[in-house]
Amino acid sequence: MNRPHICCSEHTRAELARRSIARAGDGLPSIEGGMPLPAGTGLSRRSFLARTGGLAMTVYGASLLGSGAMREGIAKAAGTKPKTLVSIFFDGGIDSLSVLAPVDDDRYRQWRPTLRLNPGQGTPWTEDGRLHWHPAATPLHELHQEGKVSVFPGIGYSSPDQSHFTSRHYWEVGELSTRTNTGWLGRLLDGIGTMDNPLQGVALDGGLSPALATARVPVAATWGPRYDLWAPGVWGDVEELMFDAFGRIGQRHEAGKDPALKTAGKVSRQATQLREQMRPFSSEISSPVSYPDVGHFSESLAGLAAMLDGGLPIRCAALNAAGAYDTHDNQIDELRNGLSDTCDSVLAFQRDLEARGIDDRVVTLLWSEFGRRPRENGSGTDHGAGGCGFLVGSGVNGTMVGEWPGLARLDGDDNLRSNLDFRSVYCSLLEQWFDHDAASVIPGAAGFARPTLIA
Amino acid sequence: MPIPVYRGRFGAKQAERLLWRAGFGPRSGESKKLARHGLKRAVYSLTRPKGSTRLIGPVPHDDDGLPLAPGDAWGHDHLWWLDRMVRSNRPLTERMALIWHDWFATGDVGQGRLNLAQGDLFRRSGLGSFEKLLLEVTRDPAMLVWLSGIDNDKWSPNENYGREMMELFTLGADARYSENDVREQARALTGWSADWDDNVGLNNFRFEPDRHDYGSKTIFGKSGDFDWEDSCRLCVTHPDHADYFVNRLWSYFVPVKPPKKTLRALNNLYRKKNYAIRPIVEAILMHPALYEGPRMVKPPIVQSAGMLRARRSGVKRESWVWISEEAGQRLFQPPNVAGWDEERWLDTARISGRWSGAGNITDAAEIDTDKYSATEGPEAAVDKALRFWGKPTISKTTRSELLRFARQVEDTATAGWQQGTYRGLRQNALRMLIAASPDLQTS
Repeated sequence: MNRPHICCSEHTRAELARRSIARAGDGLPSIEGGMPLPAGTGLSRRSFLARTGGLAMTVYGASLLGSGAMREGIAKAAGTKPKTLVSIFFDGGIDSLSVLAPVDDDRYRQWRPTLRLNPGQGTPWTEDGRLHWHPAATPLHELHQEGKVSVFPGIGYSSPDQSHFTSRHYWEVGELSTRTNTGWLGRLLDGIGTMDNPLQGVALDGGLSPALATARVPVAATWGPRYDLWAPGVWGDVEELMFDAFGRIGQRHEAGKDPALKTAGKVSRQATQLREQMRPFSSEISSPVSYPDVGHFSESLAGLAAMLDGGLPIRCAALNAAGAYDTHDNQIDELRNGLSDTCDSVLAFQRDLEARGIDDRVVTLLWSEFGRRPRENGSGTDHGAGGCGFLVGSGVNGTMVGEWPGLARLDGDDNLRSNLDFRSVYCSLLEQWFDHDAASVIPGAAGFARPTLIA
Repeated sequence: MPIPVYRGRFGAKQAERLLWRAGFGPRSGESKKLARHGLKRAVYSLTRPKGSTRLIGPVPHDDDGLPLAPGDAWGHDHLWWLDRMVRSNRPLTERMALIWHDWFATGDVGQGRLNLAQGDLFRRSGLGSFEKLLLEVTRDPAMLVWLSGIDNDKWSPNENYGREMMELFTLGADARYSENDVREQARALTGWSADWDDNVGLNNFRFEPDRHDYGSKTIFGKSGDFDWEDSCRLCVTHPDHADYFVNRLWSYFVPVKPPKKTLRALNNLYRKKNYAIRPIVEAILMHPALYEGPRMVKPPIVQSAGMLRARRSGVKRESWVWISEEAGQRLFQPPNVAGWDEERWLDTARISGRWSGAGNITDAAEIDTDKYSATEGPEAAVDKALRFWGKPTISKTTRSELLRFARQVEDTATAGWQQGTYRGLRQNALRMLIAASPDLQTS
């Protein structure tokens, strides 16, 4: 059936805490009963501005620190050139059997009558010739050829959950628990971070990324380079007095008792601060390489490279991949578009880091909450279990970790099995990249293998 | 078990809160008028409106002064519904439609008319039986496209709708159901189909027996040749449904969870009334928690519609589309199938959208500062700005800060020419400060 492009329902985990009011320390009731709350929901926030890149950000936690102290903290930590992990999330559950397709496998050909890549299509993966890269993933192939991509062809966890929201939560908190409310990167930052550097963990999509949720140190969220407020028929002295009043009204309510008024007050005050801090800054970012024009995602990566090059002390950054991956229908077009926008941008980001000479400081983890069902449903695929992931960077080992589980033996729900627990990857990254004891971050760390991820 | 009913004073202030929680705020003077009816009749006037639906006030138009074309022109779907929120004499009908739009969150399916028709379904059935509503939603064309219903057939079952129906629409993720139930549910839901036409798009949505799986399915431990209607009934009669329904519906009106006894009583009432929505809404709207409990952040679209209602103004600018998007609630484009995230109604990005919304209204009534009074005092200035917004209730805190601002402006106006001009600027600024205040962002 010839159909227009229809956007499948996207899923962002944090949306599930709707109908609840953010307050520090409160267990937030979620309307979708029983779903885990996004880690970090309810942390107190404050606005903050990072000078390089001119990005506005909201800082979570650190309510006792003034923005001046944070600016000093950033200045102090700047120039230390720390190692950085960038986390890119394929939201919705990316179909691993399309990204690395077993084109000649009989079962694949039988189970994927409409979605399959045909023999000869896509480039064979050098480490497992049964699998061919999706044409839109060619940039990953290119980087893999240079030894800059480690591939996880069968990543997941045991007893997989097929709810987007629950499975994503597990990955975010680094534990198979719906009650944990700090992210795995957040706990790392609690260990290696400082109280005066909110930039150590930065989410680039305008809200706190649950994986970055900390218990102790501040982290930040940015949503683009411009911020201003405008009032018709108000200018000059009166305009300045008006914004002072707006902030002050906010501050007064922030100090009150009613949670909704407190929230509205806090946000008013933050908005006033932010407006003041943002006005003097230009938002121009100049990149040494050209990025594909795919909007927010490529702009964010370009901005991130500039910020890292500018010496900003970012240890972990999180953002969503371009595109939508919950491909229950119209999978061919939707997956190709998202994958190509994402992979093209990731390649540009890597080249940007190389051109700036900071590629040895950055690795990028690409992940998704699960893979999809091997048997297609006609024009798409339903939620599955075992999936794929990638680690990109000049410093990575560049080889396969785990193996492709194959289609001969599926799990009890007819999904791909996994043979690499995502927490193994986390443990190795913590120890090999951050030189940090994984046991202090990942519960049960001792029980997970430590594949070599960093060369 | 009786459900607690609010026994305190029901004055203009309480009526104002009721009108915001169950609608889009009062028009000027409406709170006082409604308060005279007393709580019960005030609630019934919303839940059991008399007479036919009327749209009161200026007719909406686009930037060229032309009528809206909601099924065709970009963004007009949003403007069209916003206008109904502003002008309808049945605000609760529109508010319930908004609730169901969030509950059964359906995004843009590429054919605006299908999304608009789903909105009409919510208007029509939003206070009737939830079971019937679920049945209607299940066969609703926009939903059949959005969650792959027309891609679900006996040869290749598609789980998209069946899974979210349990996880998000009726039971919740912690309810007692299994992965196998999801799959069997998908089989029960097979059979829907539509035709494609290059000119009209998808059309002729229908149940096709040939596409339906007539085999036996086992769902929640019960077996039978279940079809789509059975699958809806199985969810509604599932022991975990009533609590999920009551808790979630409650959360749209009251920001804290219902007391345990209230939950139990509402659960009983809901089942006793055969899953009727109206009695539950009425009980919530009369519950002490609504009047005595904490304030609640208004959804952005409710705030926009409310400002226009208070001004007795109408939708005359297409800019409401991007302003609503910035404020975090573009109609017909929920962020995902779980609906909007009320936890994020307010952050620095969203408040900037709300600020722009206030400016969109004050802009149209901007004061000519050249001719403004050079003698107006602070109290008079604040009262005048409050009248601009239909005299909403504001806290002492906010009023004292507005007065402080008003005095500061007078202190700054030293030159003779500044006396009138600054007071004019002050009036423009006071309107913004009131509309953007925490008092008016919450109810």
